[in-house]
Amino acid sequence: MNWNLFVTELVAGITHGALYALIALGYSMVYGILKLLNFAHGDIFMVGAFIGYGLMTVFGTPDTLTVNLAFLIALMLVCSMIGGGLLGVMVERFAYRRLRKAPRIAPLITALGVSFFLENAAQLVLGAQPVSYNSYAWKNSVLWTKGFTLPGNVHVGLPQLIVVVGAVVLMVLLTVFVQRTQTGKAMRATSFDQEAAAMMGIDVDRVIVVTFFIGSALAGAAGVFNGLVYQQTWPYMGFQAGLFAFTAAVVGGIGNLPGAVLGGLLIGLAEAFATGYLSSTFQQAIVFALLIAVMLVRPSGLLGRAAVQKV
Amino acid sequence: MDGGKDIPPLPARPDGGQPKVGVDSWVASYEGRREQGRGGPFGWLRYELLRAPRPAFYAGFGVLAALLPLVTSNGYVIRVGFDTLLYMLLALGLNIVVGYAGLLDLGYVAFYGFGAYAYAMLASPKFGIHWDTLLVIPVVMIATAILGLLVALPSRRLLGDYLAIVTLFFGQFFVTVVQNGNRISFLGMTRHYDITSGPNGIPDIDNWNLGGLHIGSLDGYYYTALVVFLLVLGAVYLVDTSRTGRAWKSLREDPLAAELMGMPVNRLKLIAFAFGAAIAGLAGALFAGLNTAVFAADFDVPTLIIIYAMLILGGAGSLGGVILGALVVNVSLELLRTPDHATLIFYVLLIVALALKMRPWAWLAGVLGGTLALGFVVHAIASSAWPRGVHGDPTVGGNLGRALDHWVLHPSSPRVIGNMAFVALVFVVLALTLMHGWRQKLALVPTLYLTAFVWDNRLVVEPSITRLILIGVILIVLMNARPQGLLGAARVEIV
Repeated sequence: MNWNLFVTELVAGITHGALYALIALGYSMVYGILKLLNFAHGDIFMVGAFIGYGLMTVFGTPDTLTVNLAFLIALMLVCSMIGGGLLGVMVERFAYRRLRKAPRIAPLITALGVSFFLENAAQLVLGAQPVSYNSYAWKNSVLWTKGFTLPGNVHVGLPQLIVVVGAVVLMVLLTVFVQRTQTGKAMRATSFDQEAAAMMGIDVDRVIVVTFFIGSALAGAAGVFNGLVYQQTWPYMGFQAGLFAFTAAVVGGIGNLPGAVLGGLLIGLAEAFATGYLSSTFQQAIVFALLIAVMLVRPSGLLGRAAVQKV
Repeated sequence: MDGGKDIPPLPARPDGGQPKVGVDSWVASYEGRREQGRGGPFGWLRYELLRAPRPAFYAGFGVLAALLPLVTSNGYVIRVGFDTLLYMLLALGLNIVVGYAGLLDLGYVAFYGFGAYAYAMLASPKFGIHWDTLLVIPVVMIATAILGLLVALPSRRLLGDYLAIVTLFFGQFFVTVVQNGNRISFLGMTRHYDITSGPNGIPDIDNWNLGGLHIGSLDGYYYTALVVFLLVLGAVYLVDTSRTGRAWKSLREDPLAAELMGMPVNRLKLIAFAFGAAIAGLAGALFAGLNTAVFAADFDVPTLIIIYAMLILGGAGSLGGVILGALVVNVSLELLRTPDHATLIFYVLLIVALALKMRPWAWLAGVLGGTLALGFVVHAIASSAWPRGVHGDPTVGGNLGRALDHWVLHPSSPRVIGNMAFVALVFVVLALTLMHGWRQKLALVPTLYLTAFVWDNRLVVEPSITRLILIGVILIVLMNARPQGLLGAARVEIV
């Protein structure tokens, strides 16, 4: 057995899976409360990545960074989370709010339109050429030479570590927020039954805004994480990432937060191992097959409760 | 009545223009408004048009469309006409899935692409097969319908949201497979087969050959497309008015009630899905026949969104809306290609939209005049205080361009400032939707000027991106402001 290949793909799968999980959480949260597939979510991930890139360029080019790297990464994360969160709230306020009582298909088509608008507006303003975080060049690639080595002689750089640890920290924070705070309780209640929650005095509008903010902030953070590890950032990156994260949410059981994390890891691993062992062009096919398989065997997702479908 | 002789007559109603008790004044004046609507030549025309049977409109459209090659011999115009008919056909198929059955099919272009590729494989030197088109078309349509069924089946238990994700993924999957179809091998275990020629596409596809009738010219294809479209339109109209059509619409309105009435909800949805896919496959065969080459990139997400925009603009569920939506969207996207036309249409549309929406007239005059004045003032200030701001070249030629150059700022390096203005414009327009009354109208003045600035300096320069941005905006705005589209009937909300 080729340990090097196996461990390489394992690391790649977990790193990518953590990113998918972060994005999938936002999909799942919004779906849980509004029953809306927010196609624009992947594009918020893209905007987050560009906010991080823009901040980096404030401090110079990748080769000439003078600022403390820990401070820079933290700043990029915080700003992209705030920026992404505000964008999500704006999208909710201006595109989705009026459609809450409309037939189900109306907000879905609007979400398509928002996604298409964001992608192309980004292309107009930022250009179609990919930009690169180029984290290898930061201070003589200190980020990538540090780190540790796994069995099979696989080197894990700091960016990969940051991504996985950062994602876990954010997920733990989210869990604590949803389980322990009053707003989190209101979110769970709203997701369970919106009308009953409103009758109990929960401000449903506020809960929805908070949900969009948190979900989109996670996507924004994922954008910066993505840039740190995979470098490339371009206006259409949100589509594929969104599609895979979305699949992750469905595979794990949409509306279910641990399910989104599990689904994200599964999709990331499936993609990485498909690339390593089968074919680099057909990861999409593998992930699609996984989605179909889950739909056939467990239509409500791996961790989802069987929904009582009121047809 | 005879027995009522002794009863004194009722006292006259206190008149004073007040509505009768229990009768809404709006309802009470219904007859009057109806008569009024019939008055005048246009009112009469409108009334008669509303009464005319729908097939009469379709026939009228067919006659008008058939006149196009007689009016012009410009190949470009006829080509645009052919594309428009193709889009109408596509929107017609999508209308069945989205408009009638209420399913969100995001893999629709994949069926279109599948039809095109299937035609290409059955009628090209690629595999040396050259079937007659009369044979290819049924094969392609049935194959596409079966493919549609296969895609929809896994999500049949939860048709709805899951269908959207599965079909979206299927669309991407289709593009990937076709792009890499030149070296397909089963899990790396067999030898590599070339099925789709990958990114090179399939060239040298045969023209349509209907039982010996070769269609080689552009005009020929235009008429073929028209005939195909009218035939499909007729078929869809018949289905629409049939039992199945009524069932589709009832399950779109209320699936629960439809199921209680004994309708096989899932089977109906699958039929709609397969029907739509078959029409897309037919459109694909038409596309491949005229272009004589197919590439995977033609069947990607932008095409999908454009078809959706056509359907939504015209009004999902309305056949006339499909025709109108495809016509408006495709023609305006074509006009965007030349900056002169695009700018003229942009300003005309802006003014027409204002004239339609802004009441009373005084406000309209105020806003337009204010915007004009603001433009000249800003231009005058800028030319003395910031000369570089007016030194750029106008993007539009002719008299319009020269006139605009005195009104809109054209900075010598418009890219960066234009981008910032674009972002600012998005925020300003969003803020405008939150305002009311005179504040909104006052804020409209600088917004209009900013819009003109962004258009002249940025949007008209990049038509290929602008058209996609506009498509996104159309979807968002229509869904929020007029979900029934131009011709669709407003849905009555049942609480």
